[in-house]
This record gives sequence, structure tokens and C-alpha cells, in this order.
Amino acid sequence: MSKLIGWIDDRFPLTKMWNEHLAEYYAPKNFNFWYFFGSLALMVLVIQIISGIFLTMHYKPDAGLAFASVEYIMRDVPYGWLIRYIHSTGATAFFIVVYMHMFRGLMYGSYKQPRELIWLFGMFIYLALMAEAFMGYLLPWGQMSYWGAQVIISLFGAIPVIGDDLTLWIRGDFVIGDATLNRFFALHVIALPFVLVFLVIAHIIALHEVGSNNPDGVEIKKHKDANGIPLDGIPFHPYYSVKDIVGVVVFLFFFATIMFYFPDGGGYMLEHANFEASNPLKTPEHIAPVWYFTPFYAILRAVPDKLLGVGAMGAAIVLLFFMPWIDRCKVKSIRYRSVIFKANLTVFVISFIVLGWLAMQPVTATITFMSQLFSFFYFAFFVVLFVTSKNESTKPVPDRVTS
Amino acid sequence: MSTDNVDSGRRRFLVASTSAVAAVGAGFVAVPFVASWMPSERAKNAGAPVEVDISKLEEGRLLVVEWQSKPVWILKRSKKALDDLPKNDDRLRDPKSENSDQQPEYAQNEWRSVKPEVLVLVGICTHLGCSPTYRPDIAPADLGDDWLGGFFCPCHSSRFDLAGRVFQGVPAPTNLVVPPHQYLSDNVILVGEDKGAA
Repeated sequence: MSKLIGWIDDRFPLTKMWNEHLAEYYAPKNFNFWYFFGSLALMVLVIQIISGIFLTMHYKPDAGLAFASVEYIMRDVPYGWLIRYIHSTGATAFFIVVYMHMFRGLMYGSYKQPRELIWLFGMFIYLALMAEAFMGYLLPWGQMSYWGAQVIISLFGAIPVIGDDLTLWIRGDFVIGDATLNRFFALHVIALPFVLVFLVIAHIIALHEVGSNNPDGVEIKKHKDANGIPLDGIPFHPYYSVKDIVGVVVFLFFFATIMFYFPDGGGYMLEHANFEASNPLKTPEHIAPVWYFTPFYAILRAVPDKLLGVGAMGAAIVLLFFMPWIDRCKVKSIRYRSVIFKANLTVFVISFIVLGWLAMQPVTATITFMSQLFSFFYFAFFVVLFVTSKNESTKPVPDRVTS
Repeated sequence: MSTDNVDSGRRRFLVASTSAVAAVGAGFVAVPFVASWMPSERAKNAGAPVEVDISKLEEGRLLVVEWQSKPVWILKRSKKALDDLPKNDDRLRDPKSENSDQQPEYAQNEWRSVKPEVLVLVGICTHLGCSPTYRPDIAPADLGDDWLGGFFCPCHSSRFDLAGRVFQGVPAPTNLVVPPHQYLSDNVILVGEDKGAA
């Protein structure tokens, strides 16, 4: 065995990579609950790729056949229903895990110097994930697929001058049709997965270059022993690989519960209108995006102007990219930051959740007013953070990690 | 390799010019790929004009036909509905239909139609492309006391009156589109073509 590994090592850096990224990658010893979600996200990506590959073997990306082929998968393909529900539950799981992962980053300042690029790669992963989910949702070719895509593609029409030509170019037809479905399929199963995997690799390489942050937000590389190993670091494998397996078990427990007992997630994961084949002449009475897009959709709905609404929705995402520069506080972790920051972040998270709920409600004057109010809070987070973070009154940060 | 006697100015020029030429080449290679996303010839040829017989259309009923895969509405409005139209004027963005992209010239009038009572519209909201709901009821609870009948978009609550004119304070920026159309006879409309009619 060791001879074989030696043979490989002379030709390919197998042991070197194993050590650099697992056995001799020293992670801070004080990781908590919030540090499960990075490895879980990686696992969900693998689940989605595998279940997706098997779905493409039965699915037909053709406007005339798509809806029926999904029903065929559900009824006639052996275990087709299971594979499809793994994939649809995986989409929701992906966003839950990624939102938790991003919240962790916000709490512990994981986007700050020297980890700005990790955060940027991560934001691009989030963006690619949204595109991936959106295009995937068109494929079943149900009513919600069709009208959801109609709305989202029309967003680009709000761009002055080039808007109309741009939407025509995206659709490949004057309305959403076979051309749109076929290209979204190609992007969903080939182009975007490639982009995602590439970005994930870049995200991890950047992380392993600078080292992981931790709940205390202190750099473990400041204190090393005689061998150059951080005093507060432990090798990722076996310590965190074993810890993460515990996370995986608990996660899969929830995953299986949803997949087997609530596969449509009460209409929030697979919307009821989508069990009806697409009809270009009739918009469903009540149209709402799948839950993971709802906060941004609420912001869009809150603004009574086409261009400004689309702009506000775009800004809600773009601002997150600039977190490393909007937050000017030197202290990373929420543990040692001011009450203002804690309150600000709390209001931000509440706004995000409330906006998500608001977008699922039918429009009334009250709902619109509340959407505007919470959109204001959402954006206020960034303004308040930028203004207060420069001279924030922080607590003393410990030199080394606490237990 | 010796780096003596290297003409770094020339080297920089060669690197820069090679890169520039390669970038131009990459741009040209991108053209066919980008262009392949435009509507195909087949898509362009689809969407032939549609003939609609309105002889059986009752007053106040909305007829939906498909043209270029889009819903096209044909509505025969009552005398009262036509009389009510000017009452909305001061709450509309474009009461005089001055935005000429939204209707052919022959429909740029107070009814936005060729024959006053017969309205022909593309049933696609000018906001984000949903198909609004026909709401002819006067002053329903959800739309308010001043609602005189019109179209309400369920997606983002844009409102239009019975001439497809957009109200102020809603996300839709412009009036609903009147498609090119002409009367082949008293009761037959050709949607999608207006040769000679304008």
C-alpha cells in the first residue's frame, strides 16, 4: 500500500494535498454549531449533482414533453419519485445551509481582512446558486415555472435602452418557449454546475491559504509552537471530519423527514400551481417565488416603480458583496462588538425573515406598507454599519481563543 | 537563460500587441455563440396573424385569443364603461396615450381602439409580464371605492382601466399594449397585421 502511494506521490501530489487540506490543515479548536454548515453545503452540492445526473436520464427538455416527462419520473420510473424529491428537497436544503453559513460569516466577521476573497467567492457561489435554482425551477414546465420565469426574465427589461433586446436574447423567442426551456436546461445541468464547482474550489483554496476564522475572531496563526503549528489549532482530520459527520447525521435526519413526509414543503418548495402544465394565456391568481427568493421579491414588490424596484432588489444582493468594506470595525467577532452592532444585525436578520414572509402574502395596502418598512430596515443595516463601525466601542479581544 | 541585452521595451510591446490581437480574436469567436441565443428563423416566422370572429361576443365579456403565444384580449365595452373612462383621467400616468410605443396610431384616442366599444389589448402586464385579471366589477372591496372596472395584475398589483391605461402609483410604467390589428369585416378582426388600415 505504502509502495503504491509512494509511486503515486512521485507522479501526483496525493499525500501533499491530503496533508495540506485535511491531515495538516490546522483549524481553530473552538469551532461551534455554526461551523457545520460549510461542510454541509459541500455535501448538498454532491447530493444535487448525483441526483441531478440521474434526473437528466429521464427528463425531456422540450416544451411539448417536459411536464409529462416529470410526471413520468414521478409515476413510472423505478424510484423516480425518490430521486426527484431528493433533488427538490436538496434545493431547499442548499439554501437553508447557505443562509446559515452566511449568517455565521456576518456574526463572526469572517469576511474581514484577510478573508475578503473568501467572502467574495462565497457571494459568487450564492449568485450562481440562485441562477441554478431559478433555471432548475423552469424545467418542470408547470404554471409556476412558466410565470416565475416570465417575471424574473422581465426584470432585465427594466434596464434602460438595452432592456427589451436583452430579454429577447435571454428567452430566444418573443415569449418564454421551447428555446428558453432548452437553454435553461443546458445552463442548469452543464454550465452553472461547472461554475459552482470551480467557485467552491476557489473558496476552499482561499480559506486554506489564510486559515479559518473562529467564534472569537482572533488569528490562531499569531501563536505557534516550535514546529510552526498554531497553539490553538487542531488538524481538520480527524478532529473536524469526525465532528462534521455528526452534523451530517443530524442534517440527513431532517432532510429525510422533509423528503419523505413533506416533499412539497406545504407549497413553499414545490408550489401547488406547478402541478398544472404551463399555460401562456393565464397567470395563476397568486404568484410567489419559491421561499428562498422571497425576501428579495418582497423588496421588488415594495417599490411602486419598475426600474427602481428592480434596482432595489439588485442592490439588496450587491451590497452583501461589499460587506468587507462596509464594515470598518477592526474587531471581528460579535462577541466583542458593541450593542449597536448586535442590535443592527438582529434587526437585519428579522427584516430578512419578515420580508420573506411578506412576499408570500397576497398584496394588500398593509402588506405593501410592511414590505416598505422592512425593506427600509434591510438597507438601513448597511448604512448604520458603515457609519457606526469606524469608531465602534468594542470590548477587549482576547489574545488567544477562549475554550 | 541570460537576461542581458533584453530589449524590455520591445518585449512589452510584443506582449501587449499579441494580447490585444488575441482579445480581438476572442471577441470575434464570441459572436456566433452570443448570436445563437437570438430568436431562430423558425421563431421569427411563427406568430402569424390571427383572425377572430367577434359576432358572438357579448357586451362586457372578455375574449382571450393567442397571438405569438401571447394572450390577446378582445373586450366589447358597454356605453357606461366608455362614459366612465374620462373619470379616471387624473389618476392615470398617460391618460392621452402619448407614449406611441404602446399602441398603433389608429388606437391613440380616448378609447384606445378602432371602434370605440371594441378594445383589443395584449394581455401582458407592462411591469414584469404577468397576465392581469379582468375585473369589471364596480368598487369591489379589494380594489377600492373608486374602481370603475379594469384590469388588476395579481403579481405586483398594477392597475389598468378599461382602456388598458395604467394608474399612477403602481409598478407598471406604461399602458397595456394595443397590438396591430384591422377589421376584415364588421365582425372579423385580424390581430397582428394592419396593412393599409393605418
